[in-house]
Amino acid sequence: MTYVGMPTPSETPQETMAKIAGTAAKMKVVIIGGGVSGLSAGWWLARSGASVTVLDKGIVGWEASGRNGGGASHYQSPLFEEEQRMWPHMDELLGYPTEHQQERLVIAVSPKQLNQYHYLAKMNNDMGYRVDLLDGDQVRAMVPLAGDNCLGGMHYRFGGHANPQRSVQAYAWALQDLGGRIVQHSPVTGFETDGGKVVAVHSISGRYEADAVVVAAGPQIQALMAKLGVEVPLAAARAEMIVTEPAPIMPIGGVDGNGLYGRQTLRGNLAYGGGPHEWLETFEAGPPARPSSPLTRNLARRVAELFPKAAHLNVIRSWAGIVENTPDGRPIIDRMKDPENVTVVTMSGVGFGLSPASGHAVRDLVVDGHCSFTDIAKLSLSRFDGIGADWREQRGWQPSQAA
Amino acid sequence: MHINNGTDPHAIGTKLPAPEARYDLVVVGAGPAGLAAAIAGAGEGKSVLLVDENPIPGAAMGNDVPLLFGGRMTTATQNAERMLETVFMSEPMLEAAMEAGVEVLLGTSAWGVYRNGPGITGLPENVVALADKDRGWIVGYGELVLATGARDLAIGFPGWNQPGVMGAAALERLLAHYEAFAGKRVLIVGSHDLALETALLARDKGVDVAGLVEVRSAPQGDAALAEAVRAAQIPFYLEDAPAEAIGGIDGVERVRLRSGAVIDVDTVVLAIGLVPSIELIDAMGGKRVLDGARGGYIPGDNAGVTCVGDCAGLADTGFDHVEYRMEWARELGKLSQPDTIVCQCEEVTRADLLGVQPPNYLSRPAPMQARSLDTLIQDGPPNPDQIKRLTRAGMGVCQGRRCRDQVAMMLAMAANGPFGSVPLATHRAPVRPLPLRILADWEESEDMRAGWDVWFGIPTQWVPYRDIDTPREREHQTAIAEGWSL
Repeated sequence: MTYVGMPTPSETPQETMAKIAGTAAKMKVVIIGGGVSGLSAGWWLARSGASVTVLDKGIVGWEASGRNGGGASHYQSPLFEEEQRMWPHMDELLGYPTEHQQERLVIAVSPKQLNQYHYLAKMNNDMGYRVDLLDGDQVRAMVPLAGDNCLGGMHYRFGGHANPQRSVQAYAWALQDLGGRIVQHSPVTGFETDGGKVVAVHSISGRYEADAVVVAAGPQIQALMAKLGVEVPLAAARAEMIVTEPAPIMPIGGVDGNGLYGRQTLRGNLAYGGGPHEWLETFEAGPPARPSSPLTRNLARRVAELFPKAAHLNVIRSWAGIVENTPDGRPIIDRMKDPENVTVVTMSGVGFGLSPASGHAVRDLVVDGHCSFTDIAKLSLSRFDGIGADWREQRGWQPSQAA
Repeated sequence: MHINNGTDPHAIGTKLPAPEARYDLVVVGAGPAGLAAAIAGAGEGKSVLLVDENPIPGAAMGNDVPLLFGGRMTTATQNAERMLETVFMSEPMLEAAMEAGVEVLLGTSAWGVYRNGPGITGLPENVVALADKDRGWIVGYGELVLATGARDLAIGFPGWNQPGVMGAAALERLLAHYEAFAGKRVLIVGSHDLALETALLARDKGVDVAGLVEVRSAPQGDAALAEAVRAAQIPFYLEDAPAEAIGGIDGVERVRLRSGAVIDVDTVVLAIGLVPSIELIDAMGGKRVLDGARGGYIPGDNAGVTCVGDCAGLADTGFDHVEYRMEWARELGKLSQPDTIVCQCEEVTRADLLGVQPPNYLSRPAPMQARSLDTLIQDGPPNPDQIKRLTRAGMGVCQGRRCRDQVAMMLAMAANGPFGSVPLATHRAPVRPLPLRILADWEESEDMRAGWDVWFGIPTQWVPYRDIDTPREREHQTAIAEGWSL
């Protein structure tokens, strides 16, 4: 269960699990945020023997973690090789289906896109991740829904996709099976600190004592960390997706391109997103609404261009998710200096696919103080020291009402 | 760090297009209430657009959209031009509306209403999104009147998932407006006004009515209507319920009742109740409230949108529709088997819904099999959208029309709560299944095309970790960003 296009891992996930077992015994960890990053961290910590409580303001995976394209191919990340090592084993390790599927295709319907994909293919091959270039006929042979307008594409011999909603629930259930607690509908109201540590987390459902705290609350991280005197620069925006009725199953469901991200689900539905986003104000209680917009029409057009042979398929839903971004779009995975038992994780909009690895990194920070399997120094919060209060305005990332 | 001088070229900004037309008043639905609103608006000198989705395209009818047609429409419904003429002729007020200056578009569905509000500010103005058989477009409105009527309430029982099990609203549509009902002999489920009126209409249209089945001990509707049914020699099967619809390749051939009676019919008409069509209100994030006397969930107070006719709530006659349909759901639930289908599109059985099990193309390891609605409820109040995602019930091409309401009823019963204790799964635009090529904006602005991006348009996000803070970083950023637009 490894990838043709990836370096061979030196250790199996099962060996890793055996190694970490018991390393966090008796440690009480409170995780704020039942999205995919918080739940994966909770799962890794529970596998290490920690006593884990996840607090969520609503339902697990209800925000961006359950509303994304399900992609799992983030080669830019230092967590990528760990992601790739873990995904093919996640169903077995969690005990629940994630619908994970291997490999991806990216196909072009314009020369500009083809140029970009060729660049990305070379970039990946340079890193040792195998990408094969395809011409239009090769694409049409692999992607039955592609049309004569397809100019070519690339085949990632790694990566893949999974069902976000099912995967988030799988993490949550697996965590419970290990003795972890998930407390839904329980927003956090404050922290109790003592001697440079958070000793308890206050929530509307009660007071939770903690030896360590993980803050994985998406856009709400900013307000939560502000209560601890830590500034975390984040801006949230709305992104949209559409889904069609089922199409005949393609050999590789992870096909995108033409300015879209997405996948064919195992049921056959085409689920795709992309296009302009809308920057929003962030509210401590979470988004008041997640509306989709007439962008549905622009998405429909691009899906019809990507898959001309699916243009007759009915669109049956659209939805939106609210996603937080850091100023450089890269994750923050960092253990604070003060309070020193608090670890912050935001994946800046690409958390789902990397989740099997981000949870490992958070586990390492919480238990060992450093990441054991890769360098994540460039993902520290301190890179934003002195960024200035107007960083959103500088980027044009403020809500349009204020523009 | 790459900063675009205070502007984000990939933000929505003003990229969403202005509507291609604007009316003082847009009315959705050309039933009596919609026609009256449109004609009144025109009388006040307003520019008025009245849209109605009838005649429904044959493909949509085959998916039981928007009513439960149950495959019992004749092939005449495949002839769009003939149907257009038939629909127009069936409603004389349409001509009156046109004479009053109303712009009338038949065969045109309204699939979304978009307004600036919480979570969205990028719309040039409030719009309603439309589609006909050729294309989709958006129009602006000063006032919006929804007259979308009511749709069929389906409650499953063994064998209901075959051609020949249909809804009373669909039968009325086929008999009174389309002249296209393919059945010959029907059994009607229910005995409230809807069922009684359906029986009389069918009789008047020459359809053989084999009887009405009522779970309670007496006919439920208006006494005079019940008497008219009796006078027509149509029998009531009281304190009874359909235990199974039995059929062959063309669907229903007979129905076995709980009492043991077997009735030869080609069509079972579910006339337990109608559900106000709140899809547009719900999908636009409008308010909805539960009112059992008015048919279930009805629109709340929604500024700028007026609901008229059945979509605002059925006429309050003092009858508790919700209590009645819950009684039916309990009884039909008892008559159902674990493998009785609840969601036809996704083939979700009753056992899998209540067990919160994944579809059958996924594996069910032991931990998965140990999960159920009961274990989910331990984590908090069950949410139908969460259960929908896990089981796929309501995720199919009929957009949950056939199962949304019965799933809400089943979940409430399973959670030992009243109807409404588990909310109804939400509706999402497009509220009609519409082909990609129809929905697509083929004339989008250059602004949209140039500003398109895959994901937030932050070039630094995609630079390989090892190249961050190296001379290669800028090269990557430029190359990556260049291919985002078309």
